[in-house]
Amino acid sequence: YFYVFIFKKIFWLKTKQPRERRWEATEVKEAATVDAAADIQGTSAPETVVPSSVPQPKDDFQEELVIRPLHSGDIYASFQFRTLWDTDFMRENKVSHYRLFPKSLGQVISKFSVRELHISFTQGYWRTMQWGQPFIPSPPGAELWVWFQDSVTDVDATWKELTNVLSGIFCASLNFIDSTNTVQPSASFKPLGLGNVTDHSFLRYATLPREIVCTENLTPWKKLLPCGSKAGLAVLLKSEKLFHSSFHSQAVHIRSVCQDWQCKTTSWELRQTLNSVFDLHNSGQTKREWSLFKMFSRTLTEACPLASSSKLYIDITDNPQGEQFELSPATSLLSQAVVLGDRRTFSVYDLTQETTFGTVRSLNLLIRWKSNEGEMLRPLLHAERYVAGYGLQTGEIHTLMYNNHPYRSFPVLLLDSVPWYLRLYIHTLSVTSKGKDNKPSYIHYEPSKDRVKPHLLEMLIQLPPNSVTEVTVQFERALLKWTEYPPDPNHGFYVGSSVISSLVPSTVAMHTNSTRERPLFSSFFPCKEESSYFVRIYTEPLLVNLPTPDFSMPYNVICLTCTVVAVGYGSLYNLLTRSFQIEEPNPGLAKRIANVIRRMRGVPPL
Amino acid sequence: MAAPLTLLLIVAVTIRAALFRSSLAELIAERVEVVSPITAWKRVVEGLALLDLGVSPYSGDVFHETPLIIYMFHFLVDYAEITFMTFVFGALCVCICFFFIYLSLMPFQFRKQKFALEADRYPMDSLELIRSPKEMYYVPLKVAMFYLLNPFTILSCVAKSTCGLNNAVLALFFLSTIKGNVLLSAIFLCLATYQSIYPITLCAPAMLYFMQRQYIPVNFHRVSFWWFIVQYLFMYLGSLFVLICLSFFLLGSWDYLPSVYGFILSVPDLTPNIGLFWYFFAEMFEHFRLFFLCVFQINVFFYTIPLSIKLKEHPVFLIFMQLAVISIFKSYPTVGDVALYLAFLPVWSHLHRFLRNIFLVSCVLLACSALFPVLWHLWIYAGSANSNFYYAITLLFNVAQILLVSDYFYAFLRREHHLTNGLYLKRKDGSEATLILK
Repeated sequence: YFYVFIFKKIFWLKTKQPRERRWEATEVKEAATVDAAADIQGTSAPETVVPSSVPQPKDDFQEELVIRPLHSGDIYASFQFRTLWDTDFMRENKVSHYRLFPKSLGQVISKFSVRELHISFTQGYWRTMQWGQPFIPSPPGAELWVWFQDSVTDVDATWKELTNVLSGIFCASLNFIDSTNTVQPSASFKPLGLGNVTDHSFLRYATLPREIVCTENLTPWKKLLPCGSKAGLAVLLKSEKLFHSSFHSQAVHIRSVCQDWQCKTTSWELRQTLNSVFDLHNSGQTKREWSLFKMFSRTLTEACPLASSSKLYIDITDNPQGEQFELSPATSLLSQAVVLGDRRTFSVYDLTQETTFGTVRSLNLLIRWKSNEGEMLRPLLHAERYVAGYGLQTGEIHTLMYNNHPYRSFPVLLLDSVPWYLRLYIHTLSVTSKGKDNKPSYIHYEPSKDRVKPHLLEMLIQLPPNSVTEVTVQFERALLKWTEYPPDPNHGFYVGSSVISSLVPSTVAMHTNSTRERPLFSSFFPCKEESSYFVRIYTEPLLVNLPTPDFSMPYNVICLTCTVVAVGYGSLYNLLTRSFQIEEPNPGLAKRIANVIRRMRGVPPL
Repeated sequence: MAAPLTLLLIVAVTIRAALFRSSLAELIAERVEVVSPITAWKRVVEGLALLDLGVSPYSGDVFHETPLIIYMFHFLVDYAEITFMTFVFGALCVCICFFFIYLSLMPFQFRKQKFALEADRYPMDSLELIRSPKEMYYVPLKVAMFYLLNPFTILSCVAKSTCGLNNAVLALFFLSTIKGNVLLSAIFLCLATYQSIYPITLCAPAMLYFMQRQYIPVNFHRVSFWWFIVQYLFMYLGSLFVLICLSFFLLGSWDYLPSVYGFILSVPDLTPNIGLFWYFFAEMFEHFRLFFLCVFQINVFFYTIPLSIKLKEHPVFLIFMQLAVISIFKSYPTVGDVALYLAFLPVWSHLHRFLRNIFLVSCVLLACSALFPVLWHLWIYAGSANSNFYYAITLLFNVAQILLVSDYFYAFLRREHHLTNGLYLKRKDGSEATLILK
């Protein structure tokens, strides 16, 4: 991993507008790696450099909110809270003094020897074709993936214990994670932090697609923040508004990162993220405008006093001249960053500055739409998935992957984890693009074990330019024991999202040749440092029906089947133990009584 | 005799080839009545695919056939025609074996009866119970026809169920037993056991048959009796040991033992079939599961002892009874198993006058066979019925099978009784007597 400063300069820009626009020093992290399988840490949001004049504390907290008006008319709000702590959880004497870093998570890291931990809770499905790429992708339901330290001997037991502890911390049903939904991906999930680990036996990945995210998950998540929900950006996180949205995703990412260029010392990074998409048409408004108050029913009054930086970014890339929407109060501070392969411009509101809040001592940002024209950049990579077939015996999973790049092909890693009760037939796997067979260059398949482990299928597939690649695999639906069905068995069973990881060619590189403003000498070779960026895409989870037994019948079935077995046993027993005899006529009742009396008298019977 | 047999073979192969090439083949291969999780061809192909991917086929829970089968098909599967021919060959093999079994059995049985007649042991009026050579003449052909043209066998063959191969191994075992080849008999029996545990109960009839043939008395106090049992078991267990070790060396691990035999015995896969296990264990209370599993599995093996005692003079009938018991009570039965013991029925044509409810039973069997796909469709595809409908039919089908078998058993015992006591029994006072079981 290496970080590249794309540009780091401050310059003043005179525009035609009477107002001056100031460009902010921006650092954009981007890692480039040849390995397509590797992860690149998020170029998710611009990060400002900590002012060098302030003495570097041992721990540091930053908060930011990015708001992006989407072309569908929705608003995407992305919160990020980052705590950095220069400590070593793994050393002999336990860390006991906590300042900004939440103690509950610190204890988890040291007790379970966690190298990296990523957990997300998501309600709703991210619509890539309408909303573009999210800054931090997450699948519907709960997702947890953990890299353990090499020192862990029994990874499965530690994982089991860890999920139970996290279940308590986040008030979620993570304790339902067991061996039947845990996999060890071989290529798709590389560590995002330090450490070049290749042994994936220390990695565990699990999803709970049925998990429902609600207030009880948000409250413990907010408690991990240094300011809680008392001050700073977190005051906006009111559950009655947050869960009234089209999409809600909250996550916690823990990893170790370098502190300086030489990477002599490392520190632990805790990143708490919360992403929401608000559907403003739903709120019953005729005028297309929104404000912080309308979205969150709160306004901002101060930054978190513990935060070293607290910023609010508005994506104004599509609105450079203010023709689409109007922003008030206006800010002169601008920032530019390459986010997911696209150069974006942001208006920045620094909450640590008094002037941001103006005379009313409160910031209520307002966007008023003027027109809803403009086109969205089509995501270069996009995927969808569905189940084909009818009846409850067999079926077929179709995964469609779209490469919308006009001329470049790129490889993607597809990871599928399918529960054991859908028995996959790997010999029916077919990958076709443009009507031709597209043989995956790498296949890692682990078949399922009934009631023990799920199927794991990982493939490296080359997507040709401007094409749809279809992956199909057939499965058979199993009949389960009656106790293994959930309380609403005819609702169906969820199958977690497929994960598609890829290095996608950047759109910035795509536009290179057509850029007018650039000097000619800089635009001959299309490959630039941001020539490709890492994207992870989650497809829809599947809902599959299984055949069900009659749940009211256990006694009847036991009785009836046993009766049949008894009929078999009885008839054979009858024939085996008896022998044929000539039937003697039965003496009448009177005769039998007479015989009894005669026997008592000692007279021979009749 | 050769001409009708050849004609029969041609007709049988033509029917199979026609069905195999039609679009019906795919439909038949998916039918739960025809293939079980162990014998399904789709799963064998899956095992081969796993082998090609470098994954052990037994690391998952899809493939449950034995290592020998998968390595055999590993060489054959590239040629679809050859694979198909293997299954047709399996079916023909069964039929031809049966044909020769009865051909060689016929004079033996006849001689035995004749000898007994000369010894004046049989009353004169039981003469009409003894089949004439003319009646016996067409029995082998009828058996071949019963197996080859049985719709159950045809379906099983077109679905490429490995059950056909198991049946072929069993037929070879009968043939070598009837021909008196002790070693071959032990080897084929061991192959059949290796394929699906249950044929182990056929040890008893095989040994009884050899002892009868070699005039060894079935007497626990005789050394010759024990010596023969030790000999046979040595050959049987020895070849079983060789087979198991061979599988280990082919595969390089013992994974296949729990995956094949554990799978048969513990019944984890509850896919519906024509047997009694699937719905019973789907609806079972968890803490009684092990108990009922033991009861049901012991049930299959248990009948060997009383049946061997009762039928020690008639090992061939004992084989028939054992096969029927296995195919009714085994954990993953298919129609292919049923077809195997049904092929014996023409041999017992002389019992027909003593059968009590053969008409009812055959009607029920026919009706059930027709209702299986109908109720399956209603449950799985139309959604207008539930699992109980299909379960009810499996119950009825099994009751019919049980009645059929016990009816034949009854008829056999009754004929034996009449052979020694005369056909027209009289009471002491001279009136006509009725025979009852007491």
